[in-house]
Amino acid sequence: MIKNIYFDYQATTPVDPRVIDKMIPYFGEIYGNPHSRNHSYGWEAEEAVEIARENVANIIGANPKEIIFTSGATESNNLAIKGLADFYGDKKNHIITCVTEHKCVLESCRFLSEKKGFKVTYLPVKSDGLIDLKELKNAITSKTLLVSIMGVHNEIGVIQPLEEIGEICKKNDVFFHTDCAQAIGKIPLDVNQMNIDLMSISGHKIYAPKGVGALYVRRKPRVRISAMMSGGGQERGMRSGTLSPALCVGLGEACKIYSEEMETENKKLEKLKNAFLEGIRSSCDEIYLNGSEEKRVPGNLNLSFAYIEGESLMMGIKNLAVSSGSACTSASLEPSYVLKALGVEEELAHTSLRIGLGRFTTEEDVKHAVNKIVSEVKRLRALSPLWEMAQDGVDLTKINWAAH
Amino acid sequence: MAYSKNLIDHYENPRNVGSMDKESKEVGTGLVGAPACGDVMKLQIKVSNSGIIEDAKFKTFGCGSAIASSSLITEWVKGKSVDEAHSIKNTEIANHLALPPVKIHCSVLAEDAIKAAIADYKDKNKK
Repeated sequence: MIKNIYFDYQATTPVDPRVIDKMIPYFGEIYGNPHSRNHSYGWEAEEAVEIARENVANIIGANPKEIIFTSGATESNNLAIKGLADFYGDKKNHIITCVTEHKCVLESCRFLSEKKGFKVTYLPVKSDGLIDLKELKNAITSKTLLVSIMGVHNEIGVIQPLEEIGEICKKNDVFFHTDCAQAIGKIPLDVNQMNIDLMSISGHKIYAPKGVGALYVRRKPRVRISAMMSGGGQERGMRSGTLSPALCVGLGEACKIYSEEMETENKKLEKLKNAFLEGIRSSCDEIYLNGSEEKRVPGNLNLSFAYIEGESLMMGIKNLAVSSGSACTSASLEPSYVLKALGVEEELAHTSLRIGLGRFTTEEDVKHAVNKIVSEVKRLRALSPLWEMAQDGVDLTKINWAAH
Repeated sequence: MAYSKNLIDHYENPRNVGSMDKESKEVGTGLVGAPACGDVMKLQIKVSNSGIIEDAKFKTFGCGSAIASSSLITEWVKGKSVDEAHSIKNTEIANHLALPPVKIHCSVLAEDAIKAAIADYKDKNKK
């Protein structure tokens, strides 16, 4: 049996065993409702939730009172964007976001423009995947309510200039929301230094379980959002429903681990990433890294293997769990909308894979993957008519291809 | 998505990979698809004086199903007359490889490729 190796840390991460240990009591002996104020069962559960809230707040330089627990980043993004739009919509009705944002941000904006009469500006990205700050400044009007730009990109791993965006928003009196599902634990974050008003956080991207996330909502100056669900008014009225202490504890512990280990982990990943990239590039030509080479997190490699279709490569390296794009769109045959937005030509976008490295990736894993990928790339290029034509000096762009 | 044994066999051990001299009068070449769509097939046949396909070669840029479809069709056309090869239907390829619905277009492309190769051969040998 060939060993499967996980290289899809942007889709999800395994729960860290240290996180599981902290969570287990809250599935068993500690079962109180954290919102019960009348007895010790409730108090015990509440205490655990509040410690978790503190751990989440600490990693982004926030006050624990500014953290709302949710079911995950999709809910947080919906709550931030629609909740803010609902509360302030009668005064300002313009939102600025970016074409490469996650679907839940784009769809929330589309909902507001189609159903609530909002105007939405979708900023383009440069070929390195980053927004142009001048374009952001130019897009802001007196009607602009919100700028929503993600911290670290899920497909290409690039880091947007959050501090600069925050400054522009503050100067123009515009709220700044950022989806930091992929940024927590990967880059230093400080909501005050970066002037962030709302931040979405996900559990399962940071070695906590699926089904839990958080939303940071600034208190000074106060940012108001309308709740999306009616109920008992938990989480300061912004998110009703009984919290799961076990899940909250898991998210809190995952944040605490990253608060202590982010630097060491990043150093390790940087080394593994370089070994991966150099290993492939030293044996194969025409391997392109998508997205900025410098402004990216080390755990993400989005590579185009020219002249080889990505799905056939994945089939050849089937014991390596990689992805052709985001997990949400992996059933589609269309090349990624993100790569298209970067200006990657469609023929090259078809040859792209996302390789994710993470906490449990070893040097051995990387060596094995490099060998496997190099041998498959060579095999499939020998099979590729495009590779043959390119080697013969045929200009592929000059051929009159029949689209189908 | 689980692929069939036949499909995986053709993907892992593709038959008749290679190229023939496209200038030769005995050789017909079909190049179909487009890089921007994610599939390109090059299929070549070598035809004897009596109109029998003696040899077939392919190269394919595309997913595993596209590679398997083209590999299979080269195997099928060898030894057939040009007319017999022309009548191969994409559904036969799709059935043999148990292609999932989203991959049916790969078998269509293989049928297009053999038809294009035959057309090229006939064009070269017009009297």
